[in-house]
Amino acid sequence: MKKKSSLMTHIAGSPYIIWAVLFIIVPLCMVAYYAFTDKSGNFTFDNMLSIGKYTDTIILSIWLGLLATVISLVVAYPLAMIMAAKGPEKQSRMTMLIMLPMWMNFLLRTYSWMTILEDNGLLTTGLNYIVDCLNTLPNVSLDPVHLINTRGAVVLGMVYNFLPYMILPIYTVMLKADRSLVEAAQDLGGNKLDVFRNVTIPLSVPGIVSGFTMVFVPSVSTFFISQKLGGTGTTLIGDIIETQFQTANNFNLGASLSFVLMILIFICLAVMNKFSDDDGGVVI
Amino acid sequence: MSNNIIDLKNISVSFDGETIIDDMNLYIRDKEFITFLGPSGCGKTTTLRIIAGFQQPDSGDVIFDGKVINGVPPHKRQLNTIFQRYALFPHLNVYENIAFGLRLKKTPEKEIKEAVTEMLALVNLKGFERRNISSLSGGQQQRVAIARALVVKPRVLLLDEPLGALDLKLRKDMQVELKNIQKRLGITFIYVTHDQEEALSMSDTIVVMDSGVIQQIGTPTDIYNEPKNAFVADFIGESNIIEGVMRADFWVEMAGHKFKCLDKGFGVDEEVDVVVRPEDVDVVPVEEAMISGVVTSTTFKGDYYEIIVEIKGFKWMIESTHNQTVGSTIGLNIIPDAIHIMKKSKYSGLYGDYSSFSEEFDELSDATYEEEDE
Repeated sequence: MKKKSSLMTHIAGSPYIIWAVLFIIVPLCMVAYYAFTDKSGNFTFDNMLSIGKYTDTIILSIWLGLLATVISLVVAYPLAMIMAAKGPEKQSRMTMLIMLPMWMNFLLRTYSWMTILEDNGLLTTGLNYIVDCLNTLPNVSLDPVHLINTRGAVVLGMVYNFLPYMILPIYTVMLKADRSLVEAAQDLGGNKLDVFRNVTIPLSVPGIVSGFTMVFVPSVSTFFISQKLGGTGTTLIGDIIETQFQTANNFNLGASLSFVLMILIFICLAVMNKFSDDDGGVVI
Repeated sequence: MSNNIIDLKNISVSFDGETIIDDMNLYIRDKEFITFLGPSGCGKTTTLRIIAGFQQPDSGDVIFDGKVINGVPPHKRQLNTIFQRYALFPHLNVYENIAFGLRLKKTPEKEIKEAVTEMLALVNLKGFERRNISSLSGGQQQRVAIARALVVKPRVLLLDEPLGALDLKLRKDMQVELKNIQKRLGITFIYVTHDQEEALSMSDTIVVMDSGVIQQIGTPTDIYNEPKNAFVADFIGESNIIEGVMRADFWVEMAGHKFKCLDKGFGVDEEVDVVVRPEDVDVVPVEEAMISGVVTSTTFKGDYYEIIVEIKGFKWMIESTHNQTVGSTIGLNIIPDAIHIMKKSKYSGLYGDYSSFSEEFDELSDATYEEEDE
């Protein structure tokens, strides 16, 4: 009987195992293989060594990714708190509103931002009108606003696209938190700030960590957002990897860049997890 | 100055148009162990939350030590709460949980250490300082919760069904322990429970509540021996509630017999509810008996038999150390002291006799009380 049931588990589990091997393990091995070989398939460190000249790009990618993640956190945290405190009906309506943009195509959303931010776009025209008005005042001389093709635009694009991934995990954790813990903290002499600092934040750490991961990883490796909103001035590591595969046809360099990026992200998240000091429910 | 620590004056609360507490007046004496007892939804937990400050009354005053504290937030009140499911902080260990209140008060580290050590000794948890909350059993978590609340030296400790989640044996032990702690520290305990046995064995004063109204306030013996109405009689212990008529002072007629009793002051021929506790009915030979009836069932309960006897269409429960055969006719005597007369109330006639066992329903409502009473 026991053997039969374990056979059944094997059969039931096999699609997932096959999936994992085919689409996760094998591609990872292929990335590693390409990263450490040259075009003719010989083992080499040349790809790795040539990454040095992309250091600035890598640092910029991580910096912008980090910035976008922190901004997302700052925006998402209060929102998640407000949502978790509302009645069930309002909660589902707000969740819906947050999810709604995600049903639209990612490319479309980024293109929309292009038209909003471009020099003759809605936002820029509006802001420049204000700038013109201010410039008529004495001693005021402001440059016209330029939004598209800046790093700010790229960060905005990242925050806009990935914000829901920050809100939802934090909201979920807060929703699950026992309300009586807040009451217990008040009961023991905690004012609102004490309760927030000593109970609300520590309890939401798992949500913060998983939100951080889910925003940081796609932000660091994005190429589409930086291409459309950052112009030529903001080239990220994702753009370079894309170029290697699409135009330069240098799979080996592309693979080694991916490999290094993966390791860097892994290190960032490991540091993050260390901070949280929490052993359960964290996505790495 | 009276020795009342808390006074509730004309407190009313309603949620969504439903009255939870209806014009409640209550005083609580300093250093007493007082219990709010009642079924789910009777308003006992709400009353506790009003005292703690988590809930504001729609009208009425909460007076603490002579001062109205209506708008005072919980963290500024000199009382602490033990929550139904303990509400220990899962991200802190035992030591930090207990130290929580002291840290908020910016107590020096050395004093915190002394106080926490003392509290751990008080609740028998020496050596548990570094343990994780999740690694503790229910009883141990309970003790940590008690230590955490007591370490900040409250004048009043509020306990919201604190033993509800523990198994029977542990619950009995904790009852004794809580009572000891209360005596030793000499502070006021306000205890909320739906368990009448718990209330009877621990309290100095019991406040029996139903549908937002206090039904009776008294010592455990008063409440048990002199219930004010059919609700209290039914809720506290087993009781036969029989319709009777006061024929004169000290004489009540029920089940077709005139009994001598110790109650007076009722109108002649006034209809009343009569309470007779099952353990107060004596089984005697039929020829010597005041009343007699047919045994319809018996149940062995360990130290006694629970015997259901039908007398003139009404099924009585009696408790006896001797078993009786089902179907036989037995005689019953009731001494005057065992008869308690109550005025008719809105609860009269609600509880019926023992023709159907209510135990099953009791258990059903037990299982749901946790969800409802929040």
